[in-house]
Amino acid sequence: MPRIFTPEEIGEVVEMLLFHDLDIRSVTLGLSIQECSSHSYADVIDCVEKKVDAFAKRLSKAVEAASKKYGVKVVTKRIALTPISIVLEPLARRGLDKAAEAGVEIAKSIDAVARRNSVDYVGGYAAFVHKGFTPGDRAVVETFPDALAATDTVASMVNVASTATGINVDAVNMVAPKIIELSRETPKGVGCARFAVMANAPEDNPFIPGAYHGLGEPEAIVNVAVSGPGVIEAAVKRLGSGADMRTLHDYIKRTAFKITRLGELIGREVAREMGVQFGIVDLSVAPSPKVGDSVAKIVEAMGIEVAGAPGSIAALYMLVDAVKKGGAMATSSIGGLSGAFIPVSEDWGMARAAALGAITIDRLEAMMAVCNTGVDMVAVPGDVPWETIAAIILDVMAVAVALDKALGVRIIPVPGAKPGDTVDFGGLLGRATVMNVSGFSSAGFVSRGGLIPPPIRRLDKG
Amino acid sequence: MAQNTAEKGSEENLAVVVVIGADRPGIVAGITSVLARHNINIVDIAQTVVRGIFSMIMVVDLSTGDIDLPRLRDELAAKGRELNVEISVNHIAVFRAMQRV
Repeated sequence: MPRIFTPEEIGEVVEMLLFHDLDIRSVTLGLSIQECSSHSYADVIDCVEKKVDAFAKRLSKAVEAASKKYGVKVVTKRIALTPISIVLEPLARRGLDKAAEAGVEIAKSIDAVARRNSVDYVGGYAAFVHKGFTPGDRAVVETFPDALAATDTVASMVNVASTATGINVDAVNMVAPKIIELSRETPKGVGCARFAVMANAPEDNPFIPGAYHGLGEPEAIVNVAVSGPGVIEAAVKRLGSGADMRTLHDYIKRTAFKITRLGELIGREVAREMGVQFGIVDLSVAPSPKVGDSVAKIVEAMGIEVAGAPGSIAALYMLVDAVKKGGAMATSSIGGLSGAFIPVSEDWGMARAAALGAITIDRLEAMMAVCNTGVDMVAVPGDVPWETIAAIILDVMAVAVALDKALGVRIIPVPGAKPGDTVDFGGLLGRATVMNVSGFSSAGFVSRGGLIPPPIRRLDKG
Repeated sequence: MAQNTAEKGSEENLAVVVVIGADRPGIVAGITSVLARHNINIVDIAQTVVRGIFSMIMVVDLSTGDIDLPRLRDELAAKGRELNVEISVNHIAVFRAMQRV
């Protein structure tokens, strides 16, 4: 029999898996719970709990089987649900209090189900309010601090802006004080790690906290998020400092191809095992707080001394572009956020760069022009006024709408913390240096409220 | 003489075993004894140094064997601990996906 793979080819793959933390960041099951919408308080809770329980069991089993079959680690298992606001709608019409109470109870029951079935996160405590609120949306926005404070696995997202409709400043003004409320209800404000404000949130995003099951999706679907910054960093380092930009881009592209292929292989196997449709691979290179699993370190391997230094935007742009091109060749099932993630505390190199002062909120805002992150996992002092948080959110939303892309804000006001303090959120959430926030007020701007109109780009769509 | 239901020689039954560690007598014997015990055929074997790391690479066919891939991995991992080498066992589809367009 002729040799199927050369030892070099096999060695490369095994080296990635064993030494460069190549793994599947998440297998996320998108699951519809639309049928659970009901006027009965008890029925809604019961229906959601039963459905999530049944699918969580199947998901855990299928992920375990696929991981063992191929010898590839799957770091987390997640479920993304239809936005809870939709199933709360009938109840919300009978009164906000009842719907609010039901929302928190649903969160608690799915949290118990998730923990029982070793599902790491459940997304979908979500509302879409980029143009306005329904009663169900209001119930979600009112209760997400309580729902997240009462749970460990539930994640929440509010979409406040879209290219098609513009930015709902009233929604931002409702959400910003709620973020502060949530930070006070959880130790070190860590609950805020499970909440994102988003623009253009994709329906098939496998990443928490933005994950939800969109209305265009089927009953159940498997989406996959790959990891692999360590693999790309190693490839860049192997190439050495003499390679020019095009060669560097090409190398990253080839590596991204391989990473994406692995994601698709595992995703398809999990979907097959579960007997549900396979959805998408999110091409994003997702970092973790582990040394050697960092997007910032890729930027640094390209020749930037510390991520955030001048040249970082160009380096990140090249990385994201190469990842997209390599990924697009690897799979025709693209989706999710598909950019590069630079969550400050969750990425070891970003956390280090923030501690050194090279990464600031200003630099993150510049970097979001070329990636799909926004201001993510950024710790700020707990006494920052809500109007300033609202203004930071508006800045990110404006870039998302102007550039027609998905961006989010995951900001953590840490009660009692001062700029420069270090906060350890634990596990995959990592450690953050509390960032300095401008002391100049934006209150006069945000308090105007209303809607910022959509960009002229909207008219391209008809 | 396939004992498993899947067709012999089909890729579905192929796994790649990679052994990495410092060279010493008995590694090949130790690993292959596990494979022989379960009647697993070695399709291809290569011993090489890849980027400074000593490695032995085998493509094995589980279709004649009496064990599935996850359990083979567990047994080889135990043997690896005994021999003080690192062993990875992956389905061939992983390499097909990542190394072929």
